Amino acid sequence: MKGPRDKRMTIDEVVATLEDGMTIGIGGWGPRRKPMALVRALYNSDLKDLTLVSWGGADVGLLTRAGKVRKLVYAFVSLDSVPLEPNFQRARQDGTIPEVVELDEGMFNTGLQAAAQRLPFLPMRAGLGSDVLVHNPWIKTVRSPYDEGHGHEELVAVPALRLDVALVHMNRADAHGNATYLGPDPYFDDLFCMAADRAYVSCEQVVDTAGLTYETPVQRLLLNRMMVSGVVETPHGAHFTTCTPDYERDEAFQRAYAAAAGGSDEDWQAFHDRFLAGDEAAYQAAVEAFRAEKQAEKEAAK
Amino acid sequence: MSTEQTVTRADVCAAAIADAFKDDGEIFASPMGMLPMLGVRLARLTSNPDLVISDGESLFLAGTPPLFTKADKVEGWIPFRRVFDVVAYGKRHVMMGATQVDRFGNQNISAIGDFDRPQRQLLGSRGAPGNTVNNRTSYWVPRHSPRVFVEAVDVVSGVGPTRAAEAGPAAARFNDIHRIVSDLAVLDVNGPGRTLRLLSVHPGVTVDQVLEASGCALHVDGEDVPETRTPTTEELLVIREVLDPKGLRFKEVPVPKESA
Repeated sequence: MKGPRDKRMTIDEVVATLEDGMTIGIGGWGPRRKPMALVRALYNSDLKDLTLVSWGGADVGLLTRAGKVRKLVYAFVSLDSVPLEPNFQRARQDGTIPEVVELDEGMFNTGLQAAAQRLPFLPMRAGLGSDVLVHNPWIKTVRSPYDEGHGHEELVAVPALRLDVALVHMNRADAHGNATYLGPDPYFDDLFCMAADRAYVSCEQVVDTAGLTYETPVQRLLLNRMMVSGVVETPHGAHFTTCTPDYERDEAFQRAYAAAAGGSDEDWQAFHDRFLAGDEAAYQAAVEAFRAEKQAEKEAAK
Repeated sequence: MSTEQTVTRADVCAAAIADAFKDDGEIFASPMGMLPMLGVRLARLTSNPDLVISDGESLFLAGTPPLFTKADKVEGWIPFRRVFDVVAYGKRHVMMGATQVDRFGNQNISAIGDFDRPQRQLLGSRGAPGNTVNNRTSYWVPRHSPRVFVEAVDVVSGVGPTRAAEAGPAAARFNDIHRIVSDLAVLDVNGPGRTLRLLSVHPGVTVDQVLEASGCALHVDGEDVPETRTPTTEELLVIREVLDPKGLRFKEVPVPKESA
């Protein structure tokens, strides 16, 4: 008896499939359910000249800081409780991202949908009249062939955001690539996967297929294995972003990240050396030590 | 807490924001920031109980909980992707922040300076371009200053009525910049040529103060600018006892020292 193939991989195996110059879509939303273990591996890789397509958070911050990004496609970059992402802000102000495409959020969503549907574009109003079209003169408008009583409306032809690779993080997956989120919001991870030639899913836990619908509704099964090329089990792999209900955002760590990112080169180097220089296991161990340190500080203050 | 408290500026702002939503009927009120959230919830408990509100994450709230508390009762699901559906559907009124607003009601939350090499990178355009050509949009400015109210924004994120008209009927059809509420005044974009107009100044604020705190001209209708209304007793009770008993609103609009 045969079954669907086992797609389990390691973080390093995923990174080994990537090439310089690729367009990589990163799932999640701002500081929420980001595939940070995979992002950290990209940060430490030799890859360069990447085009990133992301609802930006620290993923964008880390990869711009590491000089990996030749082109960035975004609608915002934010850490929520720290509104402005310091590494992204620095990169923009220092002019170290050679090309940026700043879109409206709805345009970003529509661009992913167009790519997922293998269309060259989809029409929408968003962007009309704004500087999004001024700063991106390659984005064209299209005249509606229909007149619904308001004339032939001239709409934005939002270009498809085609991806070479999508990286997303889910709460649970099976070995075949079916995957479920357990938190409040699916974000756009299915669209990222469908917009991409290949999609890699990291997850908190690989379970058997029946486990994916154990005590959770089938409607949360966002990703089907036909959309997925590889599955990586990375517990706490979304840290320091949210992965509700497995864990929430690590605000203390995020503050430390933001302080280092917004601080001097030495501050960043120290943060890099302590947390980012090693592999994922080293990172998680360093985070544990950081947490223990914060706890001890709290105890001492009592 | 004494019952004889003076009405604070934050309370006035909350009521002014609530007024911006009072005639909206049964639509999704999307406040960005603390005072907008307070004002929307105040409207829902007083002038417009039909408003649909969310927790700012993914849930439509059946109840009207205090600021930053968990929902007790849920009436729907509104993950980010469905927000875009509602934007296009149009039954939404968003109140966004604004790092800059110009005389023509354009808003900037993207970057200060030249876009290609900004002096200061901000959030990015977020949903402002789409909001402003799809659904009613208002702005909240917690610190009215010449750096916020400018002659021309550095980057047009939110589209004002003139820019929308120039972009054509598809952009103008649903463009609806409704109110700009600041810590000093209430404005709209119904001045001559669809420019900023001063609708009211908050109690204790003079028209000259508002004009001085603005880096662009503000149109004034006639001789007198009305005073922004003070909240009713019921509204004050709702603000102080129900929605914001901890006084979180004062972090955004502090009580001036002389009245503290």
